[in-house]
Amino acid sequence: MATEEKTFVGAAEVMDVEIPIQEMFLNMGPSHPSMHGVVRTMVRIVGERVVWADIEIGYLHRAFEKQCEAQFWNTAIIYTDRLNYVSPIINNVGYCMAVEKLLGITVPERGEYFRTLVSEVSRVADHLTNVGAAVMELGAFTAFLYTMKAREWCYEIIEAACGARITTNFTRVGGVMADVPAGFEELVRDRVKQLRGVVDEFDKLMTRNRIFIDRTRGISPVTPEKAVAYGFTGPLLRAAGIPYDIRRTHPYSIYDQLDFVVPTGTTGDVLDRYLVRMEEMRQSLSMILQCLKQMPPGPVNVMDKLITRPLKTNVYGNIEGLMNQFKLVMDGHGIKPDPGEAWASVEGGNGELGYYLVSDGGDGPYKCRCRAPSFPLVQAMKEMIVGHMVADVIPVFGSINYIAGEVER
Amino acid sequence: MQELPEYLSVLKSRFGDRIEEIHAQHDDATAVVKRDAIVEVCAWLRDDEKTLFDLFLDLTAVDYIGRKPRFEVVIHLVSIPFRHRLRLKVRLDEDDPVMPTIIPVYPASNWFERECWDLYGIKFDGHPDLRRMFLQETFVGHPLRKDYPIAKRQPLIELRKSEVRRNDESVEPRPA
Amino acid sequence: MGIDKGEIPGVALTTKLESLLGWGRKYSLFLYPFVTACCGMEYMSVACAHYDIDRFGAGLPRFSPRQSDLLLICGTVSHKIGPVLYRVWEQMADPKWVVAFGACASCGGPYNNYATMQGADVCIPVDVYIPGCPPRPEMVLDGLIKLQAKIQNRQIPG
Ligand code: SF4
Repeated sequence: MATEEKTFVGAAEVMDVEIPIQEMFLNMGPSHPSMHGVVRTMVRIVGERVVWADIEIGYLHRAFEKQCEAQFWNTAIIYTDRLNYVSPIINNVGYCMAVEKLLGITVPERGEYFRTLVSEVSRVADHLTNVGAAVMELGAFTAFLYTMKAREWCYEIIEAACGARITTNFTRVGGVMADVPAGFEELVRDRVKQLRGVVDEFDKLMTRNRIFIDRTRGISPVTPEKAVAYGFTGPLLRAAGIPYDIRRTHPYSIYDQLDFVVPTGTTGDVLDRYLVRMEEMRQSLSMILQCLKQMPPGPVNVMDKLITRPLKTNVYGNIEGLMNQFKLVMDGHGIKPDPGEAWASVEGGNGELGYYLVSDGGDGPYKCRCRAPSFPLVQAMKEMIVGHMVADVIPVFGSINYIAGEVER
Repeated sequence: MQELPEYLSVLKSRFGDRIEEIHAQHDDATAVVKRDAIVEVCAWLRDDEKTLFDLFLDLTAVDYIGRKPRFEVVIHLVSIPFRHRLRLKVRLDEDDPVMPTIIPVYPASNWFERECWDLYGIKFDGHPDLRRMFLQETFVGHPLRKDYPIAKRQPLIELRKSEVRRNDESVEPRPA
Repeated sequence: MGIDKGEIPGVALTTKLESLLGWGRKYSLFLYPFVTACCGMEYMSVACAHYDIDRFGAGLPRFSPRQSDLLLICGTVSHKIGPVLYRVWEQMADPKWVVAFGACASCGGPYNNYATMQGADVCIPVDVYIPGCPPRPEMVLDGLIKLQAKIQNRQIPG
């Protein structure tokens, strides 16, 4: 372990007395300020050093799968919002991609661009929240206020696109809920400029901050082999030095037409994870502008009356639209993929977010499984904190971005 | 039926009839493996230089109630160097839902197996710590099985009022 | 203090003290955010600079139930967390108030299944329910103002 090299001079050495050291059991949570959400961490410590750890989760198990199985293909989307509630749009996109794979349809290009644009905004919001909360737990409250302010701007864009701030319900099977609203482009350009400023400012505040570096450098380094064995994906795997990003390695949607770099770290410690996230935010901001520039005109939904719901003007304006709407929302008449199964994965805020859907030819999923990226991260945490100080539990926990809704589903 | 990727045919020829079936529906390469061979297959897939499936993604189960065999354990793997994906399936009988653990090959599957035990009641032979993952220890039954009613709650403390909602019968799962 | 037991004689005085106490209490709420789920994100927005709950005198979260007098339940309450929530509520000193933040804490919201409790009020009493999934920050502030009115009008049991 990296901290072993430092020598700590304690009271015992100075005063030349024997202080009996006892093993102590310490329980943090389930309701603990530094644990985002409810999770229980139990550690055994000798002095200040963690010798054993265990994590109990499940306090937010909301039966995502069972609930989706009782829904239609389109209505299950609302439950995907609530998985990773910091970047809900990426969840929406992943689920819809899996359903579209089952149906064998492709979304028109404009729809894909719109999805990608808003996904990247969502990713920025996710990383902002993560780095902000992580540094707040180390004492940098001002920096947290900066990121929260910036997150409001992300929410403004998201709100313009879909009308909600957090639980977005943005995509539909075969497209998105509505076309790009008027004035969207100016809003996005404006906000991206402001977001850039905040990211830079945050960088100046934190990245070379002495206290921050002391608290994070060399904490719980993860080697690439270990990271793969643990099942890491996303920023943590990239911080360990493996450039595995699904947007690059298995390009989906229109990511092959965008220009971005995949940042990687070298040691995989907490500082590297932070740096990777900071760089990813910059990349995402540039991707947003590229999407705006390249977005082609055209429809955002597939032109298929059996899949896409009619426009509201038609529903209220003429009988065909009304009948179409009824057909799509009625029991036994909606979207019906053939029996089969499909897996689709997207790059979520924390890593590879996969959906595994099984259809029995019915109105809704027979099985709807979400592979949550932070689940293996939390699993590995009990090994990542052993050997470190008790105070290091907090930065490690902050760096894995524990999102209860996603881990416990 | 789409064209099968090469590694799938290699897998089939390597293990012969211990692979029950291979197909690639919707471009997802899939192999159905016999229960006793799964650990060996995983180890081979991870280490052979033609496959190198080094990253374990997911392990879950599907309950095909009324079918024989009833359960299907589904494992998803990905290879970082080759960028290909694979789905492995193991079919398990209702009377004997036991599968050997794959922790020796993929340590990351530890919690996934616990989750599968918790929600589907599938036992993993050789798992070091097979406890419930999400639900409380006192929970009876395995809720994601299709025969567990969706709104059957098991409170831990005395409740102040009833939890039944007005439209509660509408949340029953659709008939399969 | 003795006032709660009605030891100070004189009706007029008591009424005035009541409103004085209410006035004091309503602007110095120490809240305990019991953050479980997505509503916590909206709580963060409300608490931070943009919407700033501090303007209404509830800016200081205390992460110890013994020091707080407003329990803010943000998010879904599952049956597993139920005993914990009950314990937190029991540890809070009187007078205490409970706000159910969001649809889940009010009635179960979109979740109606084996794992979730149908609202926090099946296990502890709730004073103010803030609807929305999640409620917008303006809604939360509105709920807080409603709670303050409730505190102001509280009758001292005598
Ligand atoms: S009310 Fe909605 S946003 Fe709030 S916790 Fe429940 S599901 Fe999440």
